[in-house]
Amino acid sequence: MFRNQYDTDVTTWSPAGRLFQVEYAMEAVKQGSAAIGLRSKTHVVLGCVNKANSELSSHQKKIFKVDDHIGVAIAGLTADGRVLSRYMRSECINYGFTYESPLPVGRLVVQLADKAQVCTQRSWKRPYGVGLLVGGLDESGAHLYYNCPSGNYFEYQAFAIGSRSQAAKTYLERRFEKFMDSSRDDLVKDALLAIRETLQGESLKSSICTVAVVGAGEPFHVLDNETVQKLIDSFEIAAVDEAPAAEPDAPADQGAPADQGAPADQGAPADQRPATDEGVAPMDI
Amino acid sequence: MESNQAKNSLLSSHDNIQRTQYPYVTGTSVVALKYKDGILMASDMGGSYGSTLRYKSVERLKPIGKHSLLGASGELSDFQEILRYLDELILYDNMWDDGNSLGPKEVHNYLTRVMYNRRNKFDPLWNTLVLGGVKNGQKYLGMVSHCYIFMQVSGNELYAFLVGFDNDTVVTVQVSMIGVNFEDDHVATGFGNHLARPILRDEWHENLSYEEGVKLLEKCMLVLLYRDRSAVNKLQIAKITEEGVTISQPYSLKTFWGFSAFQNPTVGAEGSW
Repeated sequence: MFRNQYDTDVTTWSPAGRLFQVEYAMEAVKQGSAAIGLRSKTHVVLGCVNKANSELSSHQKKIFKVDDHIGVAIAGLTADGRVLSRYMRSECINYGFTYESPLPVGRLVVQLADKAQVCTQRSWKRPYGVGLLVGGLDESGAHLYYNCPSGNYFEYQAFAIGSRSQAAKTYLERRFEKFMDSSRDDLVKDALLAIRETLQGESLKSSICTVAVVGAGEPFHVLDNETVQKLIDSFEIAAVDEAPAAEPDAPADQGAPADQGAPADQGAPADQRPATDEGVAPMDI
Repeated sequence: MESNQAKNSLLSSHDNIQRTQYPYVTGTSVVALKYKDGILMASDMGGSYGSTLRYKSVERLKPIGKHSLLGASGELSDFQEILRYLDELILYDNMWDDGNSLGPKEVHNYLTRVMYNRRNKFDPLWNTLVLGGVKNGQKYLGMVSHCYIFMQVSGNELYAFLVGFDNDTVVTVQVSMIGVNFEDDHVATGFGNHLARPILRDEWHENLSYEEGVKLLEKCMLVLLYRDRSAVNKLQIAKITEEGVTISQPYSLKTFWGFSAFQNPTVGAEGSW
């Protein structure tokens, strides 16, 4: 009866000036398990939550090495993320062949964004259903970018995407001013604590998260399970006095998106929305 | 079927494609060295049409972007083609407008790729290039050359030619294998490799001042002027530092032809005439 007339085609505008298919693609990012990233002057740390699809399966990889100086963490459709990672790898390797130097992170991100943008302007295509946190190091220092399915990209000091990422964002927002001068180890610690925020009570274990680092004198690499577990163990002790400060905020954050959600939902009837929708306006990102 | 074949050979004549096998107008040596604040490069301004000194005001030193300086010897029209490639490269690099820019290392590697690519098409760019530059306080000096250079000895003339191109070769002597690119503290192309490098090996040191560097280059250019018949007494010296490129106005060196060795150069050289 009140079916949305303007959401069946990526290239069709709604009278309000929105592209619903693109917004739905950005919703897909929120369905994926969380990924976070943060950076200092010299290092970028990426982290993600690993969720297995079923009791019987293992989880999917969500952090990919692109080149020695660049890595990505993804949230959303893993399949799309892998395709884009492969594209980024090949761009890096081609640049390296021609110029014998690493591709500047900002340029790779623009190329990636342009690739995503094309999908929002072709009737026979669909937007990528994945958000990418691209972390890397180049001549101008460490960078963290967020690329979203709409073809937009943003540079961040710290950011989180995926399900329940709001909690991690809140944690990062409270602390990001210190990140610029953070040591590598403090950055990893903040990454783990930010990941913990998205777990909603579940305890943080190395088996359910992945952490990767890239920085000055340190090529991009994923920390192995053992190292992560050791870090968690040592931080959990150190975090005893900090934890109470962090936790009371978490429930409050859950309420925050609700009020932002109101305008976004006007265009799309409730029955089109996933039941678990947190209701954040898609165009916010 | 038969007519098809006939048509093919008429239209595309695969076995009769002619490419430039010999250079037409060429420039001779380029000499370059690192000095305290950057790179200095020198070349004369002659353009030889075969062995005729046909042009006398050819600029063979050019700035590339903000951080690089290119010097070329060999085919001058091929050099102009290379400059067009580089103009495009730098233009597209600037169009990113993101604060990143290609440094001398990147330009050098790009040129290596271009030269090697054209060589593999059997359509080489007939140049030996010298690339110098400074970026982020790092001095860089490198060289690229088009291919393996062989010497053909025929009569008393020496021709550089490409291996495999000339089936009527009488004698071939391999002189150098510089299909590869490399970096060094000082480099020189062509005759400079034989006449200037020994001087540079003796006298070059890391802390050359600008004045000392220019003096050393002028010494090299004078020797080349005396012994390289393609060299002319009109040269330019270019400087690149963190501040940018400056290329001197053309000028001449003071020569002295009264040395006794110049009076009768073949005395004591048995077999010469």
